[in-house]
Amino acid sequence: MKRLLLALLATSAVTVLPHIPARADAPIIFGISAEPYAPFSYKSPAGVWEGFEPDLARALCEQMKAQCKISEIAWDGIIPALLAHKIDVIFTSMSITAEREKTVAFTIPYYDTPVDVTAPKAEGLDVAKGGLKGKVIGVQIGTIFVNWLKKYYPTNTVKTYDTQEEVNADLTSGRIDAMLCDGIAADAFAKTPAGQGFVTTTLPHDPLFGNGVGAGVRPDDTALKAKLSAAIQAVRDNGTYAKIDRKYFSIDVWPPPADFK
Amino acid sequence: MNFSWFLPNLGLLLQGLECTILLIAVSGTLGIVLAIGVALGRMSRSRVVSSTFGLYTSVIRGTPLLVQIYILYYGLGSAFAALPWLRWGPLWPYLRNGFWYVALTLVLSNAAYWGELIRSGMRAIPPGELEAASAFGMGRILTLRRIWLPRTLRNLLPALAGETVMLMKATALASTVAVTDLLGAADIVRAQTFHVYEPLLLVAIVYLLLTYGIESVYGRVERGKVLRPGR
Repeated sequence: MKRLLLALLATSAVTVLPHIPARADAPIIFGISAEPYAPFSYKSPAGVWEGFEPDLARALCEQMKAQCKISEIAWDGIIPALLAHKIDVIFTSMSITAEREKTVAFTIPYYDTPVDVTAPKAEGLDVAKGGLKGKVIGVQIGTIFVNWLKKYYPTNTVKTYDTQEEVNADLTSGRIDAMLCDGIAADAFAKTPAGQGFVTTTLPHDPLFGNGVGAGVRPDDTALKAKLSAAIQAVRDNGTYAKIDRKYFSIDVWPPPADFK
Repeated sequence: MNFSWFLPNLGLLLQGLECTILLIAVSGTLGIVLAIGVALGRMSRSRVVSSTFGLYTSVIRGTPLLVQIYILYYGLGSAFAALPWLRWGPLWPYLRNGFWYVALTLVLSNAAYWGELIRSGMRAIPPGELEAASAFGMGRILTLRRIWLPRTLRNLLPALAGETVMLMKATALASTVAVTDLLGAADIVRAQTFHVYEPLLLVAIVYLLLTYGIESVYGRVERGKVLRPGR
């Protein structure tokens, strides 16, 4: 009970008191979605965050000569966590969209990937000609894909899942007719044994897909935003970015995505 | 507090509410029918029958509802998908839908919990009433239908009201298997609009209103003439 009271006091203090700025030597906390999203971020058996984003985050910290910490936060609570100062940077495949920019300030994009539709070969979908009509589509909750479906297929049944793994599972067991997901996630699925017998089509770019993925910071944290943007450009220019990219992907995901030259 | 998300998502939330109400109605109705069967089975004179139903009750009451939903949805659901004649058959639109798995789990769960409740209620009916029925020449089925069950259910109304409210709260687990019930709809709104608290507050209030609705329906039945033995 006492703990509950303390927690209540603590939360009310956060809302009432003005925020005390962090000390200059306090580590920058990078928030990564607790749900694994391989190969962008996943936990190794040893409990260490690995993948494209944790690697890039470490490279950025080295570039900024800053102390950093990676902290895992559930995807659906990551923006509130940022605003509540539990983390300082959202660094977990968050696409830059107009809706999110109302709450969060973004750095320059650090990667961009195509949006794919994956469906069983037997469905014979023609995505280009409104072929998703009447189909049950699965997507991860809180993603740009939901908005796209709402606009172009408002009458479709859309099933939302907490993780990409659950979408894959229900696609495999036939509970959904197709899934909409990130191109890299679709590639990863196609390489698994369960992913055989499915076809993947890339959707043409749409403004709803946003302008790539950026690091999200609090809107009043302009110094951090500038520092991060500069560091992203610097690691791109000095080749560190390409090294990390090649470790995980077969394409260059620097926006706009392209094949390796 | 910001409720700007409310109107654009009203359709989705109403859909979720409809799903929750359907879940309560389907699993409540089928659940009470099965529960009467379980109660009678538990009281059977045959050792085999009574211990079979006893085992059923123990298993269902001894495992978390969420585990049961997962076992049915992921276990049974994937087993079905492996059978081509089902996977591509006419029943698939139903078999693929998480709604029916949740409804089935809730029916099985209600049958176990309510079955025990009804059994205790039936035991509490004074034997003299049943003997009187028999003295009037009523057979066992007729006694059950005219005297024993109506008397039992009527006595149990307050307890059943509570159980129905528990059922309503259990339906919120449907959102864990991608069923858009009331909570599932709120979760979608929360994830898409980044308003994390307000949608939860709203559904909490709606759940409270549903509770109020359930209790007033039971109150009406209690005051009314339904289930009142003949006069």
